[in-house]
Amino acid sequence: MRPLIVIRRTPTIDFMRWHKFGMAFSGVLAVVSIGLFLAIGLNYGIDFKGGTLIEARVTGGPADLAAMRAKLDALHIGEASLQNFGDKSEVLIRLPQQPGGDAEQQKAIELARKALGGGIDYRRVEVVGPTVGSELIRAGVLATVLALAAIMIYIWFRFEWQFGVGATISTIHDVVTTIGLFAIFRLDFDLTTLAAILTIAGYSINDTVVIYDRIRETMRKQRTMPFRELINLALNETLSRTILTVSTVALAVLSLLIFGGEVLRGFSIAMLWGVVVGTYSSLFIAAPILYYIQPNRRAIQRESGGAAPERASR
Amino acid sequence: MLYFANWKILVILGVCALGVLFSLPNVFTPAQLGFLPQQVPHKQVSLGLDLRGGSYLLLEVDFAAAQKERLNTLVDNVRNGLRDAHLGYTGLAVDNNTIVFTLREPDKADEAKKALGTIDPDLIVDIKPDGTGTMKFNDVAANARREQAVAQSIEIIRRRVDETGTKEPSIQSQGSDRILVQLPGIDNPEHVKQLLGRTAKLTFQLVDASVTLDDARRGRLPPGDEILNAQESSGRNSGAPAYVVKKRVMVGGDTLTDAQATFQNNEPVVSFRFDSAGAKRFGDATRANVGKPFAIVLDNKVISAPVIREAILGGSGIISGSFTVQSASDLALLLRAGALPAPITILEERTVGPDLGADSIHAGAVSCIVAVILVVVFMVLFYGLFGIFADVALFFNLCLMLATLSVLGATLTLPGIAGIALTLGMAVDANVLIYERIREELRSGRSMLSSLDAGFTRAFGTILDSHVTTLVAGLLLYWLGSGPVKGFAVTLSIGVLTSLFSAILVTRLIIVTWVRRWKPKEIPL
Repeated sequence: MRPLIVIRRTPTIDFMRWHKFGMAFSGVLAVVSIGLFLAIGLNYGIDFKGGTLIEARVTGGPADLAAMRAKLDALHIGEASLQNFGDKSEVLIRLPQQPGGDAEQQKAIELARKALGGGIDYRRVEVVGPTVGSELIRAGVLATVLALAAIMIYIWFRFEWQFGVGATISTIHDVVTTIGLFAIFRLDFDLTTLAAILTIAGYSINDTVVIYDRIRETMRKQRTMPFRELINLALNETLSRTILTVSTVALAVLSLLIFGGEVLRGFSIAMLWGVVVGTYSSLFIAAPILYYIQPNRRAIQRESGGAAPERASR
Repeated sequence: MLYFANWKILVILGVCALGVLFSLPNVFTPAQLGFLPQQVPHKQVSLGLDLRGGSYLLLEVDFAAAQKERLNTLVDNVRNGLRDAHLGYTGLAVDNNTIVFTLREPDKADEAKKALGTIDPDLIVDIKPDGTGTMKFNDVAANARREQAVAQSIEIIRRRVDETGTKEPSIQSQGSDRILVQLPGIDNPEHVKQLLGRTAKLTFQLVDASVTLDDARRGRLPPGDEILNAQESSGRNSGAPAYVVKKRVMVGGDTLTDAQATFQNNEPVVSFRFDSAGAKRFGDATRANVGKPFAIVLDNKVISAPVIREAILGGSGIISGSFTVQSASDLALLLRAGALPAPITILEERTVGPDLGADSIHAGAVSCIVAVILVVVFMVLFYGLFGIFADVALFFNLCLMLATLSVLGATLTLPGIAGIALTLGMAVDANVLIYERIREELRSGRSMLSSLDAGFTRAFGTILDSHVTTLVAGLLLYWLGSGPVKGFAVTLSIGVLTSLFSAILVTRLIIVTWVRRWKPKEIPL
């Protein structure tokens, strides 16, 4: 049984021709993302800023948001935000963090339940107090920084330092633009989003490593080829793999986005963006960076030294 | 390439078989599982609270408050100790976690130290040359007490939760002063939260009838007395708003052996029974104070203050005081379970109703199945027969993931399901790398076998690198994440490991078997 779709020939796309455009584009994208993050910030979910989130379903009929809002406003527990969620009978209620410590949060939700009265099915209630919120932020930032650092160190060990630099820059680019995406579309930034960002970092590195592996191998084989062409060759040789992998992962993420429900929406959006941007950055940032900080070809060739390409298999 | 040691084949087949065997229980309902023979595994993946519905509460033991209260009681001892030793002092008070005072005669520091040293062996007495003295608990003792308080709190919380009839609660300590309570199947935790939040410290104290409440409030509070507010009652037969009571405790709630909610004169009341020591002390105290009122105090609020008509020697009694049926049974429950050693605050609460949980399971399952179908079809489209090989490996990968989750008793959360869907995509990446490599080698004119060999060998380094980087992210997430994120990290990490096995070893075994058995002339790639 033969495959139905085959890329017959190794393509000869001149990726390097586009790299300056790509880098400029990414530079702008990254700067805009950082600017947005600093200027309007992220729409933090309650995991990080504390507060209360209630997903409620009004039994029998659509929810009257205005009436519910009026009831909650009368409690003077800060500005409640209500929005439809899923279908018309479901409401997502957010209460801001109450001043005065952890115990106050509990009082607020008790008041809210009383005020809203019966006929409401509480599907989900999350309350995060100020103590835990700040801890979660710290742990989240720490996880991201440590993960990036650990991955870089691993690349450093496996490759030469130039590869490490390239992988770092392209991964930071992916993380930063994802944050920008969340800032501009005001998507909820919570713990699951953070998990998505770390996964994006992992995926982006993964993709970069595959291409770097090939560049290093081509450097060993092609002793005289100009570096520019060498990068192009490596990218073209791995192109069908790149396309196939992006497609499979994107298919999986797409089905999460479509069928995974509201809770996973933020996660899926982040992942989908990450898969696309991670692939793009491997091709147009990570690889071209090596053109500017060229790894020492002699060292790489020497390193592979006696080991013939066809080593006996295990 | 063609050579596969027999033991290796056995190990690979064995692992696959175990994977299928241990993942199998997950396709049955619990009822069906009952009909399976004893020999086959029964363990299913345990679902997180976000999938099965339930309440997750993170509590903090407010040890500082308990310590402060303890110091407050010791202040009296300090006052007595200094007075007995005829030492003048000013400014005796509790500040943060320290008792502070100033000696009028700083040169009598040694005498003061001697007088105060006997109060509590855990207290460190320090008096500066200028006469300012401090007393605080030494760190070892404080830490030991903190651990004890947390352990004791867990025990009491467990008893309280058990009394409410919650099934399979999980109560464990987290960090130095936190307690994580997970209550599956509870969709309105308000009642449980009320029960958990109460300290439920019960004491019996004499009411000081020698002074009126107004006089005491105006500053004529006799030493050794305190003013305690009455519990907000529902209006009827409410007595005084507050009482002047002696600080000395006649009997404490720790001597109770049983408490039950019953009725007396058609009113809900709580009946209780002392152990023998408590009964004796209660008997002695009531005999000596017939005709005087005493206060029944719960968490520093007076429930009621009946007058002692006669010595109560039977070791049992009744608390009445405008209870509702619910509040009487709650109080009885709390008294049975015992008092918390320190107040408790709720830091974080996540509650998911059962129908949202069911919806999430449905959404997760559908998205996983769709993802599998898409990936399977995709692989066949692009790699034909070899795509089918990869799909078989993918099947075993899924089985191994489920089996590992079941055997480890790991918890599957909704983000965890996302992790599974994601690793599906990533798992076939390894196959893609290998196949693309084989294709390239074929194009460069190598023989069939050497292309296969080179494909696996050369792709291995790349696959290893890419998997290790993902694993690093996964492990860090597990380490630093909490709740839902941990669930994601678990499936991601397990998935990375199992896909390494299935994509490399299982696929290779299939291809080798195919080559040996059918002796193909060319590779259909």
